[in-house]
This record gives sequence, structure tokens and C-alpha cells, in this order.
Amino acid sequence: MAMSPIKEVTAQTTPMEFESAVSVRNISKNYGDVEALRDMSLEFPRGQLTSLLGPSGCGKTTLLKIIAGLLEPTSGQVEVNGKTVSGPGKDRAFVFQDFALLPWATVIRNVAFGLEMRGVAASEREAIAEKYIKEVGLAGFEQSYPHELSGGMRQRVGLARALAVDSDVLLMDEPFSAVDEQTRRKFQEDLLNLVQIENKTFIFVTHSIEEAVYVSDQIAILLPRPSRVSEIIRPSSFRDKGVDNIRRDPEYLDIVDNIWASLRGYVE
Amino acid sequence: MLNRALLLKLLSAVVLFGAWEIAGRIPVSFAFPTFLESMTALFEMTMNGMMFQAYSETLRPLAIGIAISAVLGIAIGLWVGLNSFFDWLFSPIFIVMQAAPLAALIPLLVLAYGIGLTSKVIVVCIMAMPVIVLNTSGAVRNTPESIKEMGQSFLASKTSILLRIVIPAASPVIFAGLRLGISAGFIGAILAELKITPTGVGDIITYSRSIADYPSMYAAIFSIILLAVLFLNLLEKIEKVLFKGNQRGYVSD
Ligand SMILES: Nc1ncnc2c1ncn2[C@@H]1O[C@H](COP(=O)(O)OP(=O)(O)OP(=O)(O)O)[C@@H](O)[C@H]1O
Ligand SMILES: [Mg+2]
Repeated sequence: MAMSPIKEVTAQTTPMEFESAVSVRNISKNYGDVEALRDMSLEFPRGQLTSLLGPSGCGKTTLLKIIAGLLEPTSGQVEVNGKTVSGPGKDRAFVFQDFALLPWATVIRNVAFGLEMRGVAASEREAIAEKYIKEVGLAGFEQSYPHELSGGMRQRVGLARALAVDSDVLLMDEPFSAVDEQTRRKFQEDLLNLVQIENKTFIFVTHSIEEAVYVSDQIAILLPRPSRVSEIIRPSSFRDKGVDNIRRDPEYLDIVDNIWASLRGYVE
Repeated sequence: MLNRALLLKLLSAVVLFGAWEIAGRIPVSFAFPTFLESMTALFEMTMNGMMFQAYSETLRPLAIGIAISAVLGIAIGLWVGLNSFFDWLFSPIFIVMQAAPLAALIPLLVLAYGIGLTSKVIVVCIMAMPVIVLNTSGAVRNTPESIKEMGQSFLASKTSILLRIVIPAASPVIFAGLRLGISAGFIGAILAELKITPTGVGDIITYSRSIADYPSMYAAIFSIILLAVLFLNLLEKIEKVLFKGNQRGYVSD
């Protein structure tokens, strides 16, 4: 069976004790007749990056939006820091796949949007926004409008907006899918640094097996509708070998191969 | 560049007026004056104060009607666009209003409201309001789901989502509706003066036609079109100032 190699990899990595920042408990979600998620449970360790990896249409966005409080699950519940989610909250921030920037607002106003909605005073929120605009490498573009930026730059604005509100949990829905390969690699490296320096929990949706293995502390592999978790993989050995060496690491290559072997059956 | 756009506008004006002048000289019809004759008549009527007096009459129902249509139209449009019950309740009314043959309704209006200002204001409103309501409600309904979700996820209140997301996102289409509504309102104001009681600019048109003073008649028609174009340009300027970065290129003139 194609599954067995993955089992071996997971077996090698001794399951660590961790504290969950987000717990998904027995979540089911139906859209009318369509059963998108069925009885899904998953733990997201604090301060780590967990990827949701799975074929198109398997319910990754649905799960992320349920965690964000933007969608109601049909049954089950989500806990963030021990509190049951009943809607969007200060503890979570979302990075949208299609950026979701306000086209009539400048970069700085877009980045400050979340702070503004939280009632932070204008001068203070601009100072914070400026700091994060710099952090994502967009210094000098504060007064530009989204249509004046490239796709990659727009995504950075979306990222800065999510970072600016300083939430514990960052939900990222395929944040790098709309940018070119070089930019994407740069973003992935930046993301690894971000996970290191910001003490936040990242939940990261991706289509790309390589990307998931490259950036994740934990990878949850989802199978198609009704979606459930088929594997949880925790790469262990290559994380601290430096960003340049990860892609050459034997464990990295093995995990990529094994995930592909197990997903291949669902693609046809 | 402003210069290029301005140049194109001037060029199209020259072509249009040139064609008018030629058509008047052929002449296409004995009742069709040349451009220069009409402009002379316009100049005379402006100098002897006739135009100002006429517009002081015409602008009253026009301004009141347009103000009511804009404020009420946008408000109803927002309401209808945000609530499917009100959509169900009100949308048909405005669709019918838009399609109604206004000339047939005027006798009814006169019967109900007399020949005064009220009837004229109502005519302007019937012309201007439906397109404003329908554009506004359509635009509001079509707010991209993703930016509304963005607002929710960053904890925007319902009011903030309306004021900071839905309305700005809908503004290009709302303004397009305003432009269409206002042009229709101009037509309504003149129509009211032709069909109810001849006053203001409508009086100049009716009177000069009855004495076969066609240059004056065309001068009056030209002046109202000119006023409408100037007003629509002003509206576009306002939109640009209010919603910078939202420009997607409009042609209104
Ligand atoms: N609003 C909706 N109404 C009905 N069905 C929906 C809705 N949203 C999603 N679905 C269905 O639920 C399933 C999961 O959708 P979802 O968007 O979560 O998938 P996904 O894993 O994010 O896919 P992708 O990788 O292509 O983005 C899909 O099969 C889709 O058809
Ligand atoms: Mg998705």
C-alpha cells in the first residue's frame, strides 16, 4: 500500500509533547448536500507552523474559515487558547489568498485597517503599520495604492495587515500561490524567519508538497471530501540546519516523496 | 494626462459643432438653424437676462428633484441591496417606474398635485430616481465577498463594514447611477416644463417654436445640455477626490 512509507517516517519522529494553541474537535461542515468536512480533529501546537496539505476542493479553506470564526461548523467546535470560538476574535488574524485589500485605501491605511477597527488612535496605528510595512520589505510604498503594486507586494501588504494586529494565531490561506517562483522561495524563507522571531502559531494552507515540507513544523494531510486527516507528519531533523540546506536534506526529500506517493492516488 | 483628455474633448466638440454648422447651412430642414445662429441667439438671451430668469425657474424643480432623488435613491438603494426582503418589496416598483411612459403619467400627476412645483419635482424624481436606486442596490449586492470577510475577520462592526467597505466598494457604480439619474433628471425638468406649464427654459423652447424663432429654440436646448455636461463633469471631479485609488476610468462626456 502506498500509505506505509509515510507511517514509517512518522514513526521515526517521536511524537513530542506540546501545548495546543488551537484545537479542532470533531468538526463537520455541510454545504447543503455537499459534505465538506466530516468529524475532523486536529491539534495545532503553540508557536509552530502547521500546514494543511491536500488536493483541491478537500476543504482546507473551509477549515481555516471555521477556525477564523467566519464560518459556522455544522457540528463540533474549535478552541483557541482554551476558549471556544464563536466568531472572529482578537486572537486570530487572516491572510487571504486573494489579498482582500481595499483598492481605495493606501498601503498604510490597508495595513492599519485591523488596528483602526480595534479603536487604536490614528498616530499610534500609523506608527505600528509603518513598522510592519518595513518588516515585510515595503518601506517607501506607504502612500501607494494597491493597484500600483505587484502581486507579491500586495500579498506582503496582506501579511503586514495580519501581523500588525499582533494576534496569537495567524491563519494563512495559500498566501504564496499568486506569486512567481522566485518570490515564493523568498517568502518561504521569510516565513521561516517570522516563525522564529514572532512567537505566534501559524496555520498555513498550501497546495505545494515541497512548500509544506519546507516551512512546516507539522504537516496535516487531508484527503478529499468528506475531508478528514489522513496523516500528521512532523519533520524533525532538518529544521535547524539553515534555510539553504533544507532542500538538500535526505529527510526533506524522503518526506516529499512519501507525501506524493500517498496523495498520487487521489489526483487521478 | 489632463492635456490629452482635454484635447480630445475639444476636438470632438469642434467636430460636432462643425457638423451642426454644415447641416444648418445645407439646410437639412428650414427649422434647423446653424450653430453660429444658435450661439448668437444664446448670447443675446444671456445678455438681456432672459436666460437667467428662465434658469431661475427651471433650476428649482431640477435641483430639488435631483437632491431628493440622490439622497433618497441612494438610501433606498442601500437598504434594498442589503436586505432581500426590501429587495423583494421595492425593486419591482423602481423597475416599473423606470419603464413607465412618463408622458402618460403627467396628466395624472397634474390631477393629483396641480400644475405647480410639486408636480414638476415629482417628474424629475420619476426620471432620476429609479436608475440611482437600481444601480446602488446592484452595486451593494455585488460587494466582493472576500473584502467583506476581511472586514469581519479584522473585527469591523456592521456599521464599519457598511461605511468603510460596502459603500466605498460600491461607489463607482453608485456614481455611475447618479450620473445617469441626473441626466435623466435634466430631461425630466424640461419635459415637465413642456408638458405641465411652460415656464423657464421650457417656455423659451415652446414660445420660440411658436413664433418660428428656431435659433432661440436650439439655443435653449443647447444651454440645458451644456449645463448637464458641466454638472456631470463636476460630479466626476467630486468622485475622484472622494475615492482616490478607486478610479477605473469613466467616460461621461
Ligand atoms: N459556499 C459554498 N457552498 C457550497 N459548497 C461549497 C462552498 N464553499 C465550498 N464548498 C465546497 O466545499 C468543498 C471544500 O471547499 P474548500 O474551498 O474548503 O476547498 P479547498 O480545499 O480550499 O480547495 P482549494 O485548494 O481548491 O482552495 C468544495 O468541494 C466545495 O465544492
Ligand atoms: Mg481554498
